Amino acid sequence: MTITEEPALEVGSARRRKEDARLITGRTTWTENVSLPGMLHLAILRSPMAHARITSIDVEPARAVKGVVDVFSGRDVADVQGALPCAWPVTADMVHPDRPPIAVDEVRFMGEAVAVVAARSRAAALDAIAAIEVDYESLPIVLDMEEAIADGADLVHADKGTNKGYTWVFDSAEAGTGGDAGAAIDGAEVVIRRRYVQQRLIPAFMEPRSVVVDPTGDVYSIWSATQIPHILRFLISVVTGTPEHKVRVIAPDVGGGFGGKLQVTPEELITFIAARRLGKPVKFTESRSESLLSAHHGRDMIQDLELAARRDGTVLGLRVKLLANMGAYMGLVGPGVPILGAFMYNAIYKFPAYRFECVGVFTNTTITDAYRGAGRPEATYAIERLMDELADELGLDPLEVRRRNWINADEFPFTTVCGLQYDSGDYAKATDRALELFGYAELRQEQQARRDTGDSVQLGIGISTYTEMCGLAPSRVLGSLRYGAGGWETASIRVLPTGRVEVVTGTSPHGQGHETAWSQIVADQLGVAFDDVEVLHGDTRTSYKGLDTYGSRSLAVGGVALYNACQKVIEKAKPIAAHMLECDPADLEFTGGQFRVRGNPDGGRTLADCSLAVFAAHDLPDGIEPTLDADAVYDPVNFSFPHGTHLCATEVDTETGRVTIRKYVAVDDVGRVINPLIVEGQVHGGVAQGIAQALFEEAIYDADGNLMTGTFVDYTLPTAADLPSIVTDRTESPAPDHPLGTKGVGEAGTIASTPAVVNAIVDALRPMGVHDIAMPCTPERVWRAVQGGAA
Amino acid sequence: MIPPSFDYAAPTTVDEAVSTLRDAGEDAKVIAGGQSLIPLLRMRFAAPSTLVDLGGIDELRHVTEDGDTLVIGSMVTHATVLRDPLVNEHLPLLAKATATVADRQVRHRGTFAGSLAHADPAGDLPAVALVLGAEMEIAGPGGRRTVPAAEFFVDYLQSALAADEVLVAVRVPKQGAWVGAYEKFNRVAQGWALVGVAAMVKRDNGTVSEARVALTNMASTPVRATATEAALAGAGNREAIGAAAARAAEGTRPGDDVSASADYRRHLATVLTKRAVASLV
Repeated sequence: MTITEEPALEVGSARRRKEDARLITGRTTWTENVSLPGMLHLAILRSPMAHARITSIDVEPARAVKGVVDVFSGRDVADVQGALPCAWPVTADMVHPDRPPIAVDEVRFMGEAVAVVAARSRAAALDAIAAIEVDYESLPIVLDMEEAIADGADLVHADKGTNKGYTWVFDSAEAGTGGDAGAAIDGAEVVIRRRYVQQRLIPAFMEPRSVVVDPTGDVYSIWSATQIPHILRFLISVVTGTPEHKVRVIAPDVGGGFGGKLQVTPEELITFIAARRLGKPVKFTESRSESLLSAHHGRDMIQDLELAARRDGTVLGLRVKLLANMGAYMGLVGPGVPILGAFMYNAIYKFPAYRFECVGVFTNTTITDAYRGAGRPEATYAIERLMDELADELGLDPLEVRRRNWINADEFPFTTVCGLQYDSGDYAKATDRALELFGYAELRQEQQARRDTGDSVQLGIGISTYTEMCGLAPSRVLGSLRYGAGGWETASIRVLPTGRVEVVTGTSPHGQGHETAWSQIVADQLGVAFDDVEVLHGDTRTSYKGLDTYGSRSLAVGGVALYNACQKVIEKAKPIAAHMLECDPADLEFTGGQFRVRGNPDGGRTLADCSLAVFAAHDLPDGIEPTLDADAVYDPVNFSFPHGTHLCATEVDTETGRVTIRKYVAVDDVGRVINPLIVEGQVHGGVAQGIAQALFEEAIYDADGNLMTGTFVDYTLPTAADLPSIVTDRTESPAPDHPLGTKGVGEAGTIASTPAVVNAIVDALRPMGVHDIAMPCTPERVWRAVQGGAA
Repeated sequence: MIPPSFDYAAPTTVDEAVSTLRDAGEDAKVIAGGQSLIPLLRMRFAAPSTLVDLGGIDELRHVTEDGDTLVIGSMVTHATVLRDPLVNEHLPLLAKATATVADRQVRHRGTFAGSLAHADPAGDLPAVALVLGAEMEIAGPGGRRTVPAAEFFVDYLQSALAADEVLVAVRVPKQGAWVGAYEKFNRVAQGWALVGVAAMVKRDNGTVSEARVALTNMASTPVRATATEAALAGAGNREAIGAAAARAAEGTRPGDDVSASADYRRHLATVLTKRAVASLV
């Protein structure tokens, strides 16, 4: 008897990432490393004013600087520069002002491009921009959202007559998905009313944005540090009028994005325009200061919230009035960011009535757009803070209030008050596991002891039981929300003659580890070695179709496309193997990389046997196409809904206001896991960014619209030294809609963690009369809360 | 960004450095570790005509003992200070404070003397130099002179160094019976201090017999908290130390900016002073 040992499964193993050696050492192609013969370098002169008319601009002095080849202002290219696209006009009447890549007559935020120098070196280009002479006539500045929408407000775009970009409403009574939130609030025993401010954040990816455009070949070749090479190719073609087949976009290795590179940027268009104008390769790489100033920002919302409940803690309804700062123009998907959050304010709870109104507001600031979580962290923060406030109002344990309202495991699939169908989950299980790892009861005891002794360091416990919608997204749903693109993803498999496999994915990793995870999936499905799989991505010449990487979609959507492509390969190979084995294809099974006659473990044929047979094509069954290659496109039937419970214990030094995270436990349920190491990395990074919003980061403008946090000295991005160890664990509720069972994980940590931290701080200080602290909870703000609360 | 262009000189002796500086005129700058100057150049906030690099002058790279004083050459990096046996034995306060400076990369490039010459009141080491009673050994066209720390820090980013002078070494008296602590409060680990407190005391039977306290980032220069120092004499318990520390911000003029308000900085100065001194008694 032959005992065949099944090879160990790749899926589920904590493989070290195959791409990391080159990414960590930098021995790879970042866009900034691209150097072409005769390449020129750009520098961009940016507006020092938040709102001004350009009364005159003289670029001639810059031409005299040694090494300068060309200088141009917005006026010089006004007819050919086009306008930046917005792919998500959330309402039919959304105000969408033209945004030229280079300002022509008026600048509307500090950092807007005003003129451009092309020179033989970057240093010469930088020297030359200082020689450009611009006269500005200052115009009234609008920074505050409430002032911006008041009657008689000064206008960011005078010709539009308003600073309101759009008003978007969801009402469960009108939608037929629930009751009337207003009625629920009017009749409620308890109403919690709060205003929370989601401060403006800066994505601060590690690799600054960089773009190279080469116009010298038969096509325009564009290298860009982008998350979205495919969308960029399409939109560059549309905006510049260049036929799509004459545009090739390459996203080589890209150093992080977090949504910050989900944009078609002025810099990409400016570089294109310069290359087209000069007929030479041109490069632009931003400095860190330029990046902080002018790459899109995130968050910046004001939330007015009313939560209605019974005295037993049962939530009856929620009304959300949201102001969302768009900045000076509409970004690529910026208007839609609050809308992605709209469906998440009810979170894991089954309350029956909900109304959401959002006004998108123009101000004289850098545009806002997607930043890790995009709308969902804001929503989750609001509801998770409110649940703690409700618990405090009712004298209940915050966990108990959550238990009384959450969807139980036996209620899935569950249709929410927003009309979404939550796919699977077990909130109690994740919470129980988190409590066990956290030592909840012991920490509550210590908290009481510190309160009793009046310790100057108080302890607080914060809870966040979150879910989110990701795996963007079913194309029809996106269409119904007026998003410009679909939500499908694609994968192609090429089986090479020797049985090695090339995978082409339409996703565009910028740090996520797709090459590793995709290889693991293919290794298991096709029975090839992990190292025998090569994953190609990010070049529209090899990966001509795809919808790129954002919204925790790559594995949840692109992974399924890959799985389906694998099945197609197997189906193609089966008749070939059957021909070699002289049997009926119906009698074959494919396991462990071998086609075998069912019940006979001997004499199988591998995929490599089939691929070599196809390569030679000397002896194939009649009518068989000599290829094993396969493509698949997957359009998801639903979003994916990961969830979890995060618990945070903070020590608050009441003398200085310093907050120290004592313990952080994250139990996440992201469905089935392909690579636990990658999942853990995503959770760690996500939690770090969520903690950063809670404690550290804020983009601040002064009254003149100057960005005061324009370097990392003032924009206090935390590093590993500022962050706690994170205890992670998982529960697993597989996604029921597809065979991989995976859900998204890229944003979960960020969405979950911010309210856990702030809840913990407020919990520590409640006996002092503190009910809220504005984010980021800086030592000074916490200290002031202690002073005010104790008074 | 990229700095504007400049001439570069790499002298190998102090005399050569001084003559190069004199010849290059007022717009020349000395560069040691470059951890303050290079960011200023890259942001184009500074545009010197010539950089005179002290990195090639070997005699500046040593820590030596001169009786009751350690002489720390101006190219001695923070990392060297941290591992130097003489510093650890005789100036433990300097080692403690140096460990809080910026991050590991900066500590391997940046120098002790450079951080004093930069005269940034938010830098950690100027306040430490004040309480240690350090003296600056300065070489210029007219020869050498010595300036005590108390006279060296003139104003924001302005020291007593003339444009044609080079800080050659810092002479620091051994702590002897003095014990010291440095309390630093910042937003993120590698950030500047919102406030820092350098404290040294001499003890006598569990009470403070003599104290020196200097504050980081509480004025346009590092400043001594003289009211606190006087009130600490004879203090032996938490209450007395607290009462003395409560006067730490007297006479200070802290900044008011996006990182912290002046009020909060004054408050922090008192808390940090209390903690620094209490840790020593």
